[in-house]
Amino acid sequence: MSDKELLRIENLEIRYETDDGVVKALNDVSLYVNEGETLGLVGETGAGKTTLAKGILRLIQTPPGHIVGGKVFYDGKDVLSMTEQEMHQIRGNAISMVFQDPMTSLNPVMTVGEQIEEVIAVHNPDIGKEEIRARAIAMLGRVGISADRIDEYPHQFSGGMKQRVIIAIALACNPKLLLADEPTTALDVTIQAQVLEMIRKLKNEMNTAMILISHDLGVVAQTCDRVAIIYAGRIVETGNLYDIFKNPQHPYTVGLLDSIPSLTKETKRLNPIKGLMPDPTNLPSGCPFAPRCNYASSECSAAVPELEESGSGHFVRCIRKEGR
Amino acid sequence: MAKEELLRVENLKKYFATNSGMLHAVDDVSFTLAKGETLGVVGESGCGKSTLGRTILRLHEPTEGRIFFHGEDITTVDKKRMKELRRNMQIIFQDPFASLNPRMTVAQTIEESLLIQGLFSRRDKDGLRKRVHELMDLVGLSERLVNSYPHELDGGRRQRIGIARVLALNPEFIVCDEPVSALDVSIQAQILNLMQDLQDSFGFSYLFITHDLSVVKHLSDEIMVMYLGKMVEKCSTADLFRNPIHPYTQALLSAIPVPDPDFHAERIILEGEISSPIDPPEGCRFAARCRFATERCRKGDIPLHEAEPGHFVACVLDQNKNPGGIK
Repeated sequence: MSDKELLRIENLEIRYETDDGVVKALNDVSLYVNEGETLGLVGETGAGKTTLAKGILRLIQTPPGHIVGGKVFYDGKDVLSMTEQEMHQIRGNAISMVFQDPMTSLNPVMTVGEQIEEVIAVHNPDIGKEEIRARAIAMLGRVGISADRIDEYPHQFSGGMKQRVIIAIALACNPKLLLADEPTTALDVTIQAQVLEMIRKLKNEMNTAMILISHDLGVVAQTCDRVAIIYAGRIVETGNLYDIFKNPQHPYTVGLLDSIPSLTKETKRLNPIKGLMPDPTNLPSGCPFAPRCNYASSECSAAVPELEESGSGHFVRCIRKEGR
Repeated sequence: MAKEELLRVENLKKYFATNSGMLHAVDDVSFTLAKGETLGVVGESGCGKSTLGRTILRLHEPTEGRIFFHGEDITTVDKKRMKELRRNMQIIFQDPFASLNPRMTVAQTIEESLLIQGLFSRRDKDGLRKRVHELMDLVGLSERLVNSYPHELDGGRRQRIGIARVLALNPEFIVCDEPVSALDVSIQAQILNLMQDLQDSFGFSYLFITHDLSVVKHLSDEIMVMYLGKMVEKCSTADLFRNPIHPYTQALLSAIPVPDPDFHAERIILEGEISSPIDPPEGCRFAARCRFATERCRKGDIPLHEAEPGHFVACVLDQNKNPGGIK
């Protein structure tokens, strides 16, 4: 891990224009990821996590989606102004993505070998068939699948093994950045442990940076270096692992942590966040969390609070600044 | 005071005939559940935990074994009696999206339970409306949603309808089949609190089926761990987390990602994946993935034995050789 910045997102805004109104999926999102680092992106259903990952790769379906503002820099280059040709060099080669559902992200009529070979061939037009095959076999080995299964089809693999294949495809071109969207959510806990362990190992060997998108604070605590908490399309708090888990400042972060039944402590009653996520077509004015917040005052609904630094590298979008 | 027994399950088996052989979904499971208590059932996909819940309500007919509810053997009763019994034995399903009729409003869904069980007559419109409002209030659904359809509501609210529908019958025993798995954590906590409050008020007994160990720890008095249709360990919640004995339970507990960056469990990463429940080999079903497996594990039946008072384990190993647990 180094301090060299790999990805920088500045004030990214993404909208979906639907029949029910304009969904403000991402609002003024700024983030960075350093080389080799793992950033956890945490939020609940509809918070904008997947939209952010797709936005980075310009995979937002248009219509209904539009990137209406902001910038994305990869290695200093402005991704949003690249030509489609240049984007091909980014997608799958420099930045690749693992989707949540291992059951639907593989092509059912191609063998797993063909699917790994495909991505290697596309990004390395100069190398021969045998070399491609050899690289695919090596990649399968790295994700813990024996070479004799290379000619099998996805339906012959279990959920955990399919997710390994998908990770092999994602890492086949040695990307600098992996966007992992809930990579273990569909897996059982013992299989999740296997896959996370494997991702950690490969990440270190290949010095790949990662944005791990998850709703599971446990997975994030055990995997990430830094964390960003996203709520209703806005980053509400970001900091290193200890800032977020030991010294959470934003009431939403505190609420999330308090909602999880503890394995190590005795709690008689949980302390959930009241109410529901706001409708993204009709966000409240001011702080989007204000309607659910125990500390909200009239000041909170007047304007969206700025993301302010509360400690070194620890930023919070809340006017209260008192934490727990 | 001795606890009053509500449900007793004896040697319950549920096999499904498939083209490739006999699938042992639930294989020789026995337990008792006292009034007002919660028994948690944990295990991974395919371990038979949902089949167990459904077989107890005879939504699947048991292959073998007996189920006693208030001392009455319900495996032999006829359809009419079973319908009467179901007023007292209910189920909350996992998927709040698939378990509600999309063409029925909230009120109609809740009314349906009351009408089917004959607790109200269709003509008693005022009484019905009053009861529906009462139930909606109990589960925290605001009255303005009475004519809403499921697609207009979020997952948390839909699960509240599922709970209201069960509550309508004032049952004694409720099978909760992963009731919060489909929900976001902040909503999950709301529903868990609701279920606890209802248990405190009405004295429900829960069979709480889940793959989430932190949820089951929070709610249960006792926990049963299942692996490939077999019960491998059963004891009080405190004992299970303090002193898990079965190697599978140990691996399962160590695999949970704890939301605390300072927490570093000695992680036991299991090799391989769950094997097929179709015509399983004799011996311990976990032996293929077990770090401690010996010849003995692959031979004959592995009986459940009482390793400590009230702590049952199906493992032939000396428990002192495999210490584990979350401290």
